[in-house]
Amino acid sequence: MRAEARLPVRKTYKLFIGGAFPRSESGRSYVVTSVNGDFLANAALGSRKDVREAVVAARKAFPGWSGATAYNRGQILYRVAEMLEGRRDQFVAAAAVDAAIDRWVWYAGWADKLAQVHGNANPVAGPYFNLSAPEPTGVVGIVAPPDSALLGLVSVLAPAIVSGNTAVVLAAEERPLPAITLAEVLATSDLPGGVVNLITGRVAETAPWLAGHLDVNALDLTGVADPDLAVTLERDAAENLKRVRRPAEVPVDWNAEPGIDRMVAYLETKTVWHPKGV
Amino acid sequence: MRFQYAPAPESSSIVDIRSSYGLFIGGEFVDAKDGELFKTINPASEDVLAEVTAAGASDVDTAVAAARDAYEHRWRDLPGRDRAKYLYRIARLIQERSRELAVLESIDNGKPIRESRDVDLPLVAAHFFYYAGWADKLSYAGFGPEPRPLGVAAQVIPWNFPLLMLAWKIAPALAAGNTVVLKPAETTPLTALHFAEICRQADLPPGVVNIVTGAGETGRLLVEHPGVDKVAFTGSTEVGRAIARAVAGTRKRLTLELGGKAANIVFDDAPVDQAVEGIVNGIFFNQGHVCCAGSRLLVQESVAEEVLDALKRRMATLRVGDPLDKNTDVGAINSAAQLARIRELSDAGTAEGAERWSAPCVVPDKGFWFVPTIFTGVSQAHRIAREEIFGPVLSVLTFRTPAEAVEKANNTPYGLSAGVWSEKGSRILAIADKLRAGVVWANTFNKFDPTSPFGGYKESGYGREGGRHGLEAYLAR
Amino acid sequence: MSTSTHVGDIARSASTLRGYLHGLPGVDRVGAEARAAALATRSIKTTAKAWAIDLAIRMVDLTTLEGSDTPGKVRALCAKARRPDPTDPSCPSVAAVCVYPSMVPTAVAALDGSAIHVASVATAFPSGQAPLSVKLADTRAAVADGADEIDMVLNRGAFLSGRYLDAYEEILAVKEACGSAHLKVILETGELATYDNVRRASWLAMLAGADFIKTSTGKITPAATLPVTLVMLEAVRDFRAAAGRQVGVKPAGGIRTSKDALRYLVLVNETVGDDWLDPDWFRFGASTLLNDLLLQRSKLATGRYSGPDYVTLD
Repeated sequence: MRAEARLPVRKTYKLFIGGAFPRSESGRSYVVTSVNGDFLANAALGSRKDVREAVVAARKAFPGWSGATAYNRGQILYRVAEMLEGRRDQFVAAAAVDAAIDRWVWYAGWADKLAQVHGNANPVAGPYFNLSAPEPTGVVGIVAPPDSALLGLVSVLAPAIVSGNTAVVLAAEERPLPAITLAEVLATSDLPGGVVNLITGRVAETAPWLAGHLDVNALDLTGVADPDLAVTLERDAAENLKRVRRPAEVPVDWNAEPGIDRMVAYLETKTVWHPKGV
Repeated sequence: MRFQYAPAPESSSIVDIRSSYGLFIGGEFVDAKDGELFKTINPASEDVLAEVTAAGASDVDTAVAAARDAYEHRWRDLPGRDRAKYLYRIARLIQERSRELAVLESIDNGKPIRESRDVDLPLVAAHFFYYAGWADKLSYAGFGPEPRPLGVAAQVIPWNFPLLMLAWKIAPALAAGNTVVLKPAETTPLTALHFAEICRQADLPPGVVNIVTGAGETGRLLVEHPGVDKVAFTGSTEVGRAIARAVAGTRKRLTLELGGKAANIVFDDAPVDQAVEGIVNGIFFNQGHVCCAGSRLLVQESVAEEVLDALKRRMATLRVGDPLDKNTDVGAINSAAQLARIRELSDAGTAEGAERWSAPCVVPDKGFWFVPTIFTGVSQAHRIAREEIFGPVLSVLTFRTPAEAVEKANNTPYGLSAGVWSEKGSRILAIADKLRAGVVWANTFNKFDPTSPFGGYKESGYGREGGRHGLEAYLAR
Repeated sequence: MSTSTHVGDIARSASTLRGYLHGLPGVDRVGAEARAAALATRSIKTTAKAWAIDLAIRMVDLTTLEGSDTPGKVRALCAKARRPDPTDPSCPSVAAVCVYPSMVPTAVAALDGSAIHVASVATAFPSGQAPLSVKLADTRAAVADGADEIDMVLNRGAFLSGRYLDAYEEILAVKEACGSAHLKVILETGELATYDNVRRASWLAMLAGADFIKTSTGKITPAATLPVTLVMLEAVRDFRAAAGRQVGVKPAGGIRTSKDALRYLVLVNETVGDDWLDPDWFRFGASTLLNDLLLQRSKLATGRYSGPDYVTLD
C-alpha cells in the first residue's frame, strides 16, 4: 500500500469572548500570512459589536475575578503557565515561547505580593488606623504589541489581570494566531470566562470603540504604532477619564525584566481611616 | 445523643510507611555513620510506626558539607526564576500528594485528619507557592536592590505542626537562595522524610535540602556546627535560650519562634456565639499544641457567667478520639512526656485553688489522651496562668475595664499572640495597639496565611515567618 | 441578655422593642459562616446516614407554590406525601404538604386519614405587600378550610424601615387568626441581608408567639443557607433559655440533595441537640429534596446507585 502524508485537520481561528469562541458577528474574516507571504488562516475580522460584547463580558467577570483571593488568582495564572508549557510546539518560535511562559510565571507570583509592595499602613498624626491598599481598577482595554506576538502579548496582558482586572485585548493585527492559541490555553486553565477577551482584526477600526467606551476603566496603547492614532485614542479615552498608558517612546525590549509599573498602572489605591479608642 | 455519627475512618492505606528510614543527605537516603536508630510511634495507639535514624556528629558534618557544596555549586548562582520553578514544583507535588501526607501527619502526630487535611496541608502547599513567587523578585522585597542569601541554614522544628513548620522554614530559605539542613522533631519525623521524596520527585538539585532526624543532641550538633551561617529554631523558650547562648559571638544569624501564653480577651459586646467558637478554636485546636494558643481566657466580668455557660455547652459537643476518624475534633496528645506535663500542670491548677471542669468525653484506653479542660477562678499568680501547658487546658481570668485587660494580657514574659473579641472596631484597634504580641487576632483566632508575618515579642522569640517580612531572616544585609 | 424575660414588657412600646432587639449580641459574619462550613465537613456514613435520611424524610414539608397549581397537581403531591416510595412501605411519610390557600381544600381531602399536616402559606405570600385586613382574611380562610399549619411572611417593609412594633403586632394578629393552627413566620432571610437582622427578626417573631421560624419563601435567592439556619438555631436555643418556650426552625428553598439535608441535621444536632431532632421542631421546606433522599435511601439499602427512573415525578 502506498504511504501517503496524513492530511492535517486545519484550525479555524475565532474570537475569544466570555470564555467562548464565537465568530465575528459581522461574519467577516481577513487573510493572515506567514512572513514569507504564505497563507496561514482566515482570522475573524472583529467589529465594533464584537468589542461591545467583549466589554460586557469583561465587566460581568470583574466582580468574581477581583473578589477571588490573590492566592486563587495566582494559582489560576500558574495553571495557565502549565497549560502553555504543554503547548510549546504549537507556537512557531521556541525561544519566544519559553520567554513567554517564564514571563507568565513571574507575573503569577505577583498576585499575592502586590499588596505588600504597593500598599502600607500610614503613620497619620492622630489616633487612627490608616491603611492604603491597592485594588484593581476594572476593565482594561489593551492594544497588543505588533512586534512580539506572544511574549509582547503576555507582557501586556498578565500584569493587567494578575491584580483582578479583566481585559479586552486587541490582538496584533498582522500576526494574530499566537493570540488565539493563547486564548485556547486560557480557556483550559480554570480562568473564569470573560476575564480575558480577545478580538482579532484591524486595530484602527476596533481601537476607537474601546477607547471611547464609557464602561472601560483603563487603556493600554502599547501596541499602537501610528502616533496620530495614539493621540486620537488618548483623547477619546479622556471622556470618562480612563487611566491611559501611552505607547513606549523607545521600542520595548520584551526580554528585559518588566518591573512593576505595568501592574501599578491599573491599580487604584484605597486608603481607609479607622479611629482607635476603647 | 440520638444522632450518633457512625465511624468515618480515613483509610491509611494511601500512605506507604517504610519500616526504617535513613538520613536524607546530598539527595539520597543514607545510613548513619555514628548515629543510632530510634522508633517513632502513633500516639493514638502507641503502635510503632517505623525506625528512624538519629544523626550523630559525623552525619551532621556530612549534611552540612552537602548543603555547602550544593549552595556553592548548584543553588546560590541559579537564577531566581529557576529556584522559583523548583519551589513551584514542590508546591504542586504537595498538592498532588496532599491526602497521603495528611494521613501520615495524623498517624505520626496524633492530630485529627480533618485538621491535617483541611488546615495543615493546604497551608503547606500555599507556603511553598507564596515563596516560590519571591525567588525571582527579591529586589522588590525592600531589602536592597540585590539581596544575597546567607548560605547554609540549620533549621530545627517542633512536633506540633511537623510539615507546616518544615514549610515555614524551607520555603523562604530556598527562595532566598540558601540551602538547608533541617531536623524534624524526634516524635514526628515521618512527613519530613516523605518530603525528602518530594524533593527527589521535583528533581531538586542534591544537597539543597537535607533532612537529619534525631533528638535534642542532633539538634544541638546541628545548631552549633561551625559550617552553618544561619540558625532557625521553633520550639520551647528554654531551648531557644540555650541556642541564643550557643551562637553568641559567632557569625550565625538567628531567628527563634518560641512559646506563648496568649490572652484571648472577650469584651461584653463580643459576638458571643462566634467568641465561644474562637475560644474553643484558640485552645482546643490541635489539642492545644500550639505556641500561639489562646490559653488564657480574659473575659469581662459582666459577661463571664454567660460566656462560660455557653463555652461549657459548646465543649460538650467536642469529639475526642481516633485521629483518623473524619469526625474527630480533638486528637491524641503527641507523647507520653507531653501528657505527663499537661497532667502535672493541671494538678497544680487544682492545688493552687482554681476550679476544674472537663468536657464529658470518653477517651480510648490505649494512646495518650487529655480531655478538654477549663480552669476558672484563675489569677495571674497561678502556675496555670503563667506557664505554657501546651495542651487542651484553658485558664479563665476576668477583668473589669479595657485597661485592666491589656495590663493582664501583657503581664507575661511571653508575647506571641493575642485575641480580642468586640463588635466595636475602634476598641479592637485601640487594644491591638497596646498588646505586646506579634500576632493579634480580632474576632477570630488561629488564622494563618503565608502572606501574613508570624512571630513573637519578648521571650516568644524574634524574627518573623511569612510575608515579605519572612524573607529578612534569610538574606544578607 | 437577661436570663428571665418578661415577654409582654419587651414589646410594650416601639422603643423598648427596638432597644431589646438591638441589644442582642451581634453576629460576626465570617465566624458564623466558618462555623457552618466546619460542621458541613462532618462525615455521616452507614447507620448514621440511614437514620438521618429517614428522619429527613419525616421532616419534609412537601411543597408546591406555583401559579399553575391545580387540584390534579396537588392530589398527585399528596399521594407522594403519603407514600414517597411506592415500592417500599417501610419508607416513612413526610411531615406535611405545603400549598397556597386556594388549594387547601384539595389537600385536606387528599390527606384525609393520614397524620400528614396541611400547611398553607398566607398573608399575601410571598411578598406580604397587602393591607393587614387582606392578610388576616387570607389566614382565616386557610384555617377555615382545614389547614392546621400557617406559614406567614414577616412584614419586611416594616422590619427594614425599623417599624419593629408594627411587624410584631401583625404577627400577634395572625397568630390569633390561626386559632389552633400552628404558626410559622417566614423571615425571608435573603431580604434581611445581614445575620444581625436575622437574629433580630427571629427574636421578634418568637416574642410575638411564632411556633416556628422559617428562613425563606423559596421565591428569591438566596433562600435557606447553612449559616442563616445556624443563626436561627442559636436564636431558638437562647429564646428557650430566656423565655422557657421551645420554637421550631424550618429552612426552605434551595435544599435539593440528601447531602444538604444531612448537613442541616448536623447543624441541629450540634447547636440545639436532641430536642429539635424531631419533625415537630424541625422541617425542610422542599420539593425535589424528597426524591434525592429516596435515591440515597435506596443506595444504602441495595448498595447500588439508583436513577431518576426509579423515583416518581409528580
